Amino acid sequence: MVREITLGQYMPGKSLIHKLDARTKIVLLIAYIVFIFLCKNFISLLIMSLFSLLVIFMTKISFMKYLKSLRMILFVIILTGVLNVFYGSGDVLWQWWELKITTGGLINAAFVIVRISMLMMVSSVLTYTTSPTDLTDGLERLMKPLTVFHVKVHEIAMMMTIALRFIPVLLEETDKIMNAQKARGADMESGNIIQRVKALVPVLIPLFVSAFRRAGDLATAMECRCYNGGKNRTRMKVLHFSLKDLGALISCIVIFSSVIVSNMLFAAVI
Amino acid sequence: MEEYIKIENVYFRYDEEDENSSFALNGVSLSIGRGEFVAVVGHNGCGKSTLAKHLNSLYIPTTGEIYVDGINTKDDERLFDIRKKVGLVLQNPDNQIVAGIVEEDVAFGCENLGIPPEEIRIRVDNALKAVDMYDYRMHSPDKLSGGQKQRVAIAGIMAMEPECIVLDEPTAMLDPQGRDEVMRAVKALNKKMGITIVLITHYMEEAVTADRVVMMDSGGILLQGRPEEVFSKVELLKKHRLDVPQATELIYRLRGCGFDLPEGILNEEDCAEAIYRCIKKR
Repeated sequence: MVREITLGQYMPGKSLIHKLDARTKIVLLIAYIVFIFLCKNFISLLIMSLFSLLVIFMTKISFMKYLKSLRMILFVIILTGVLNVFYGSGDVLWQWWELKITTGGLINAAFVIVRISMLMMVSSVLTYTTSPTDLTDGLERLMKPLTVFHVKVHEIAMMMTIALRFIPVLLEETDKIMNAQKARGADMESGNIIQRVKALVPVLIPLFVSAFRRAGDLATAMECRCYNGGKNRTRMKVLHFSLKDLGALISCIVIFSSVIVSNMLFAAVI
Repeated sequence: MEEYIKIENVYFRYDEEDENSSFALNGVSLSIGRGEFVAVVGHNGCGKSTLAKHLNSLYIPTTGEIYVDGINTKDDERLFDIRKKVGLVLQNPDNQIVAGIVEEDVAFGCENLGIPPEEIRIRVDNALKAVDMYDYRMHSPDKLSGGQKQRVAIAGIMAMEPECIVLDEPTAMLDPQGRDEVMRAVKALNKKMGITIVLITHYMEEAVTADRVVMMDSGGILLQGRPEEVFSKVELLKKHRLDVPQATELIYRLRGCGFDLPEGILNEEDCAEAIYRCIKKR
């Protein structure tokens, strides 16, 4: 089960999206998140959805991979969708005791579901098309101004690189430990929630012990390769802002402003 | 042969405060020549890994001195010079790969040294080609086999253009095929590029291919010499609970039964050949 998590998984490719500078992609993703929540009517939501699908199509990564990323948060999508159905005003379509389904509620639910799904898929575009090193490098460069406030930008970026690198390693390890404990007769599938949480303790303790041992090894290996905390460090792949990035920025500005325009032109439904 | 690493009467204990704690290294003196392939063998806890970590200043001797290419490993100012000259590859390949893409991990060491990007690119490509992993440069390490990961780790050290590579049981966690791949890569680096290799291992079959074998026992050097010399002293090795290669063991036992076989046989082919000759003579 744990192996199916595709979070932070990079899929090498040669598409235009792959070639964009990591910083461009990060900034545009943040802007995207803001604008998908600014959509007030179906027209603007449609613009954003079409735009999202276009971007996903341009990555040349199979759409199934994106659907997989959705599956992880399927529960969240359904839950928020269902909850939203019962909130909101408008014509009452169906009522039972205090629970009412209204037209407003249905529209709310539709908006929330589309927003969360698009958000997840477009975030996946960033992690699927950007190598972890580029991603953390991009973040490091974007956060550089924060060093003025004594934020340890390089250290944060390094921690993220290592975290992304070790997510699959630790997931595999969790799988192994779970199997080992099951082989010893541990029961992890039955019982109420408290019993199940308790059953996880014999998994978590070995996992922590091994994680610390790995950390020790990794620190030694990094020392052997002359790591000294990022002083005078160079990079093999230097990020550089090209015409492609400028093009991407401009097209996104156009699309995002069309959202604002349609918000102003058409009546808000939410 | 020009002397490259000089270890002079080194004692080391992990807990320096505790006067009564035992020494992990007990007066080790050893000299390693430039371009030599030395295998250090011994069973668990004999101090061989401790010795490996001394060669690039991860550990500093409690007493005694170690010189790498004339630099004392105690010299703090030249720490990075030493680490640049002597690379260390550890046992677990998973734990020494820092980045999520093979070629970016190989570049890690060079990036730390502040080498310009174009130069790093060349070095990374060369290092990956040297260990035959160039085709996997864009892969994620967790999709590779153990042997491939270990070769990536070696490439990461190679990219720093070291003069010596110390491998601390690089094959202990690998399957036979992975072990083969790694040993082939290591030997190629030694023969083709003249890199000094110190291989710490407990597989006697790997040790026999070295120029020189150093046997360690309880923190000291028990004996050293060419593989044939060392492994012909079967009684002494047995007394210290040390293994000999299987072929050597077989010949030793047959000799014990009175068969006329030569000493100093290290691998299966020679062993089969010798037995064949022996039978033919009868």
